Amino acid sequence: MRFAIPLLALLVGFPAVFSTTSRAAAPDDVLVMAKRIDDVISLDPAEVFEFTGAEVIANIYDRLVTFDVNDVSRLEGGAAASWDISADGRTYRFTMRPGMRFSSGNQVTARDAAWSLQRVIRLGLSPAFILAQFGLTPANVEARVRAEDAMTLVIETDRAYASTFLLYCLTAGVGSVIDRELVLAHEKDGDLGHQWLKQASAGSGPFSLTRWRANEYVILESDPGYWRGAPAMRRVILQHIAEPATQRLMLEKGDIDVARDLSPDQVGGLAELSDMRILHSPKGTLMYLGLNQKNPILAHPKVRKAFKHLVDYMGIGDHILRDRARVHQTIIPKGLFGALAETPYRFNLEHARKLLQEAGYEGGFAITMDASHGSLITEVAQALQSDFASAGIELEIIPGDEKQVLTKYRARNHDIFIGEWGVDYQDPHSNADAYASNPDNSDDARFRTLAWRNAWAIPGLSELTASAILARDQGQRAALYEEIQRQVLVASPFVVMFQSVDLIVERSYVSGLVWGPGFDSNFYRDAVKHPHSGNR
Amino acid sequence: MTVSAQETLTFPASRASAGLAWLCRVWRELAANPLTLAGIMVIVGLLVMAVAAPGMTSYDPLAQDLSQRLLPPSTAHWCGTDELGRDIFARIVYGARITLRIVLLVLAVVAPAGLLVGCAAGYLGGWVDAVLMRITDIFLAFPKLILALALVAALGPGLDNAVIAIALTAWPPFARIVRARTVSLREAEFVQAARLMGAGRARIIVAHIVPLCLPPLVVRMTLEMSGIILTAAGLGFLGLGAQPPLPEWGTMISTGRAFLLDQWWVATMPGIAIFVVSLGFNLFGDGLRDVLDPKTETRV
Amino acid sequence: MMATLRSLSGLLFSVSLTLLGLIAVTFFIGRVVPIDPVLAVVGDRAGAEVVERVRVEMGLHLPLYQQFWDYLGHVLRGDFGNSVLTANPVAEDIRRLFPATLELATAATLIGVVVGVPLGVAAAVWRGRWLDHVIRVVSLVGYSVPVFWLALVGLLVFYAELGLVVGPGRIDIYMEETVPFVSGVILFDSLLAGDREVFWNALSHLLLPAAILGYFSLAYIARMTRGFMIEQLSEEYIVTARAKGLAPARVVWGHALGNVRVQLITVIALAYAGLLEGSVLTETVFSWPGLGRYITGSLLNADMNAVLGGTLVVGAVFVGVNLLTDLLYRFLDPRVR
Repeated sequence: MRFAIPLLALLVGFPAVFSTTSRAAAPDDVLVMAKRIDDVISLDPAEVFEFTGAEVIANIYDRLVTFDVNDVSRLEGGAAASWDISADGRTYRFTMRPGMRFSSGNQVTARDAAWSLQRVIRLGLSPAFILAQFGLTPANVEARVRAEDAMTLVIETDRAYASTFLLYCLTAGVGSVIDRELVLAHEKDGDLGHQWLKQASAGSGPFSLTRWRANEYVILESDPGYWRGAPAMRRVILQHIAEPATQRLMLEKGDIDVARDLSPDQVGGLAELSDMRILHSPKGTLMYLGLNQKNPILAHPKVRKAFKHLVDYMGIGDHILRDRARVHQTIIPKGLFGALAETPYRFNLEHARKLLQEAGYEGGFAITMDASHGSLITEVAQALQSDFASAGIELEIIPGDEKQVLTKYRARNHDIFIGEWGVDYQDPHSNADAYASNPDNSDDARFRTLAWRNAWAIPGLSELTASAILARDQGQRAALYEEIQRQVLVASPFVVMFQSVDLIVERSYVSGLVWGPGFDSNFYRDAVKHPHSGNR
Repeated sequence: MTVSAQETLTFPASRASAGLAWLCRVWRELAANPLTLAGIMVIVGLLVMAVAAPGMTSYDPLAQDLSQRLLPPSTAHWCGTDELGRDIFARIVYGARITLRIVLLVLAVVAPAGLLVGCAAGYLGGWVDAVLMRITDIFLAFPKLILALALVAALGPGLDNAVIAIALTAWPPFARIVRARTVSLREAEFVQAARLMGAGRARIIVAHIVPLCLPPLVVRMTLEMSGIILTAAGLGFLGLGAQPPLPEWGTMISTGRAFLLDQWWVATMPGIAIFVVSLGFNLFGDGLRDVLDPKTETRV
Repeated sequence: MMATLRSLSGLLFSVSLTLLGLIAVTFFIGRVVPIDPVLAVVGDRAGAEVVERVRVEMGLHLPLYQQFWDYLGHVLRGDFGNSVLTANPVAEDIRRLFPATLELATAATLIGVVVGVPLGVAAAVWRGRWLDHVIRVVSLVGYSVPVFWLALVGLLVFYAELGLVVGPGRIDIYMEETVPFVSGVILFDSLLAGDREVFWNALSHLLLPAAILGYFSLAYIARMTRGFMIEQLSEEYIVTARAKGLAPARVVWGHALGNVRVQLITVIALAYAGLLEGSVLTETVFSWPGLGRYITGSLLNADMNAVLGGTLVVGAVFVGVNLLTDLLYRFLDPRVR
């Protein structure tokens, strides 16, 4: 008992001493961003297909073509300064931008660009289809994609596509220009440097990769020789903090500068603080329901229609999703070429009931919904459960983690699926191909689009979608997409509900971060910290 | 049980009245300890909550009201509302049923299993003992939570699968305790006497050994109950246990932790509920052990 | 001599059998999981050919017993395969992350012993008095509170509200990678490198997680110590020693505690093993990059190689600890032999 008082003093004094001596703020040229990075499985541009990875490589590599983040319809040159398209629409000629260097010091040439694109096809990983859909195969890619000289890149497609289609596809991650010499120096067993590049970088962008530790952090180091000018931040660190509540705590304490995964409820408490800036960045991700047409109840057109009237879009949008989503009911997200903004559906219990009655399900029925864990999807699913119940539909929510739910979905073993789908590149074909194309509805089909996963047999619509990428006149193309969206709106087994809005909270002393329409257009290169102007 | 010098030496009339007298004595000793009494009251409270749930609250634990989201505790909502506008107090009260169900289901599986394995291993010895103890060791070798995690991941998240997973990881300690007790009783005089009188192995086990294994088993059961509740809450916290909209306390903490900073009651209230119930079981178990089995409380 | 050798070899045999059973169970769980492991690698957008190709590459088309045989062979050579998430060999990941969990568990156990043993002794010595009741309640609370909830509340109170401790993580993020990796325990490595700033930073980050986990460990240790001491204090030799005039403190601390030394050590060992398991939940809340978080993260992403590797390592440690306690009990209680 004699020890009690000194012990107590030690227990309290110890941490107090620590907190004052060891809490040093991050240096002014280091930006620390809290973000969940557990979706990253590789940083090789030929392999990356998920959000965080896409964002990271967008800051490491330059792409041949980019767009103005404020107006997606304006294409700009990246590694390619300019381009022209042949009269027959099948040959694209790119002139490389002079004076660009990789962070290794090597010059950026058309040879690197050609090799990078060939590599995507030859490795044949998940995002390869973005380029492969132009008729490129490992056998022909070296002939079709080639460097005519140091500054000229030529791409030949198999058919005459709408010109912007290929260009927008090149704005995706697969269009990254990789340092051929550096990567080949790390090649092992003919893997084109893939194993090495998963955790390394070889780009010409504003940053290079110092280290990626899965589920811990990504550390990027600036490249002073970047062609747009050296970034102000010497280092950008993405710190993995799984708990949004913890992210918020650390933001308030000044341990991090930017928080990426806060929910609307958490942000609400920060709105009054003057040293925080809350930003909304619409993304091309849609939250939707997929009604499996293999289920005879859901296959009835009136039942499908009824579901579209049983979602309380406004209620869920206003109360649960709030700033994180906007009501959107067509399959092409706002901001993309040809997107329709129509929202014909409202929560209409009477009408839904009438439709169900006409379909012969007056007393309702029992059905299941697969929902993956995590934040808002579960809340929305529960709200839907309550909405559906008012029409006599007994909804059982089957939760699972994302991979589990996706496995079931891809095997067509679900009744209703709720989830999100993001565009792969900023062209309407990305989503049209997913939702409105199903050339082969059989169980062992090659193309397992979203329409296939829900067993929606649409030979006519599939052809329409396929023809839309060949429409060389912009006006004509837009009209085709409007037609496609209308058909999906009316007759599809998809209930598109919301378009995501990314919620970002920055400390007010941070400026210059660019939040574009997709994760791969979130740029760090112009970020600056002014620690003495804002509050600390 | 020692007979105090003050009591006169009267013999009970029958086995039943002996048992009854023993129960009364146990109860008296339990009630003498204020902590144990508190534990008993908590458990009784849990039972009352589970049975009389509709009477304790007028709210439906599943009824959503999106315009009443995240309201702080007030006279209308004693524990506030959650992210879908549901009354938290109602969810806690109805959640008592789920908690009770988990505990009872797990114990109903685990105690008989442990008894069976432990008695067989302890009494029969030899290769039966070796094999059974090896299997027990394999399961004991697993970090319980991780094994439960893996099992639930394999079976799919859900309340029933969580129960199965917990049960599969919780039985080894029971088997070990029963085996240890059986082994020490095996060579006891009264057992030898029964053998001499021609009693078969099964009869000896069931009639003589099992009853003497019950006290440490019951003590262990009450002590394990809180562990089961905490494991189930842990699984719910990781999203693998009872699924929304079921008002399981661990799941409620998990969904509530996103709001911890501003709407602390959503995660804290169910946490308090878990804590109080666990504490109740532990207090009761402790007191029970002091009364029934004071010497062996050192064995883990 | 022969008898000890025989029992020792018997022990070894049974331990290997246990380990084999462990491997079999984890393998079985890994293959029963309803998540397509190929999906985890290729993602949701891959075409059918890519999926098929990766499936063959991963050996998933082989019959189950063949897969198990291959797996067993690899495990015995220390090869747990590659992690899908980190793209590294799992053995390397574990080598890097396990020290973090050990660091946390050791610090927590230290707190548990330094605070828990004296509390347990005090409770036993003053049994039945208010101090005993207080200590029992404190220790019971430790048994009854969900660790993840206490961790969250701890973070809220001590970090957010009071600002007494630093935030989650093992060290400040911009200090990562500045100290060379020798043992993986940052406290050691920074001392070896002579970097005091990193050392204090790491220590300050260790404080709250270790305190929270330490509370659970001290609850268990205090309770057990109390039990052991009560048993000892009722023994005749204590009364004899007191009658001979020995000072009470010496009797308690010197003799009684000395006699329960072995039991206490087994309890502490089990507490340590238990903390390895409790790390699963705590590491998530504190963003502590240890094995527990690795396993849960991998589980939720169907990274089966990582899950199996991590579980095997933790399981092997458990087996080792159980073996130790078994050996100690053999020497202690001859009836159980």
